[in-house]
Amino acid sequence: MTDRTLQIPASTMPRIDERSLVRKAKRSDSRFEITGLAVLVLTMLVLLALILDFMADGLPRIDFDFLINFPSRRPAEAGILSAWVGTTMVMVTTAFLAVPLGVAAGVYLEEYATKNLINDLIEINVTNLAGVPSIIYGLLALGLFVQTFGLGEIVLVAGMTLALLILPIIIVATREALRSIPLEIREAAYGLGADKWQVIRLYLLPAARPGILTGAIVGMSRAIGETAPLITIGALTFIAFLPPAPVQPEFPFINFDWLFSPFTAMPIQMFNWISRPQAGFHINAAATGLILLAMTLLMNGFAIWLRYRIRSKQ
Amino acid sequence: MDGVTVQDSAAIPTREAGAVMSDPVSHDQKAAIDGPRRAEVRELSFFYGDKQALQRVSIPIADHKVTALIGPSGCGKTTLLRCFNRMHDLYPGNRYEGAIRLYPEDVNIVSRDIDPMFVRLRIGMVFQKPNPFPKSVFDNVASGLWVRGVRQKSIVSERVEWALQRAALWDEVKDRLHESAYGLSGGQQQRLCIARALAPDPEMLLLDEPTSALDPIATARIEELVMELAPMVTIVIVTHNMQQAARVSDYTAFMYLGEIIEFGPTTTMFTAPSNPRTQDYITGRFG
Repeated sequence: MTDRTLQIPASTMPRIDERSLVRKAKRSDSRFEITGLAVLVLTMLVLLALILDFMADGLPRIDFDFLINFPSRRPAEAGILSAWVGTTMVMVTTAFLAVPLGVAAGVYLEEYATKNLINDLIEINVTNLAGVPSIIYGLLALGLFVQTFGLGEIVLVAGMTLALLILPIIIVATREALRSIPLEIREAAYGLGADKWQVIRLYLLPAARPGILTGAIVGMSRAIGETAPLITIGALTFIAFLPPAPVQPEFPFINFDWLFSPFTAMPIQMFNWISRPQAGFHINAAATGLILLAMTLLMNGFAIWLRYRIRSKQ
Repeated sequence: MDGVTVQDSAAIPTREAGAVMSDPVSHDQKAAIDGPRRAEVRELSFFYGDKQALQRVSIPIADHKVTALIGPSGCGKTTLLRCFNRMHDLYPGNRYEGAIRLYPEDVNIVSRDIDPMFVRLRIGMVFQKPNPFPKSVFDNVASGLWVRGVRQKSIVSERVEWALQRAALWDEVKDRLHESAYGLSGGQQQRLCIARALAPDPEMLLLDEPTSALDPIATARIEELVMELAPMVTIVIVTHNMQQAARVSDYTAFMYLGEIIEFGPTTTMFTAPSNPRTQDYITGRFG
């Protein structure tokens, strides 16, 4: 204690009414709580209204035939077989391209890249890429993949385009997941004499898996609804055949011809139907929308289940 | 035998003073321990960027004995310990000067020419907070073996059992080897970390305040363990608990402001310290 503090009398501290302070705190607490709740309810109501409206229009239309029929000129006979098969194939391609690339890039940027101007530039660009409008990716794909490489309007090109689109999301998620691993785990691993790649492969990546998975699913959920880039690359809107099956009865039992097949996808089918004048097609579009929503929810549910499984095993 | 006292003049080391000092100091310290040495810290300085955290530190590490590093917070004891397996190399801007010679082959393990991985493969570390991996008990202990390329199942499970028994944890976990290590109590987790460090049979074991996050009963178990392990492996332990140093160690180094103030056999240090600051610290007058 110094002399100076002794000189200041204790009486300079103003009298505090503790009770009224507590009352005030409680009031502002409940004010915020009510506002928050109101906003939440409002948002959920809008979403609910949207889904209910969809359901009222589309639900009666959904039956088994709707799923196994090709599009048709007659709305009542039209189905979404080529659309959901196309979407599934494009999503599988996207996942196989974007996840390994994104995780590898994230690991490199977080663990290996030294701080210098080039890496700083790469970092800024990766973060900014996440905000680029998806149609720009479509234009890039049209110019590069479709025209320059001459690949055409095929599943592979759609997968590559959507993979590009969600790459930044997966890279950022991977980096965040790696960064949030406690320092102690790193030190423990290096302390054992592990080399850098062992530390990453045996300890960091497993610990980062839930975070990476979340990023991948967020990316995939975005990709599944993308319409603009697919239309830009010239995806067909009316397809009455399926791509070749990926499995076959003859050796080698698996083929990749489907990658080079033209395709359509759920959002494109929806877009196509909604722009028709007949009311019957609008009902089809609503039904397609419902199924697309269900697919997204299913994907998210699968991710939650997977994450839970990983966590409970650790 | 009396502890070695480093004169106050060494607090402001000049090139000449250091050169003059170095010989008698290391000579005295050779005399300060009986028996063979596993390592020797010689004139070691360490820098976090521009900040010097260790000032030309010199102590011997007796083979198959427990050496305790004590001193008040911020004295550099953990910094010194982390030099022994090059933990500082994980962060940029850190710099070593001087040497830690590892015997019998007499290599300087803080030299730039020695890869940190080489050092860490030979010297194990147990950290202040128990830090098991988010994996099963078995996988945690097997980690050090896998890292060394030992994958043969029979050998791995034998080593895991051996290490868990040495760490006095086997009886408690033998029925839950494949459950998550996070289900163990804090004390069990710390013994698991000791088992993990022991499994590859290191030459030296570094313990950084291994009981500071544990309750008294768990602490007592770890202390017993340290004493049991000493005949098998050379141990350096950092502790802020003086009773602990007195109980478990054969030699003690008292550090203050990045310097070794006194080094000697633990009994001498605690009964007849030759430096007044050591005396003040161990009697609880400061720190």
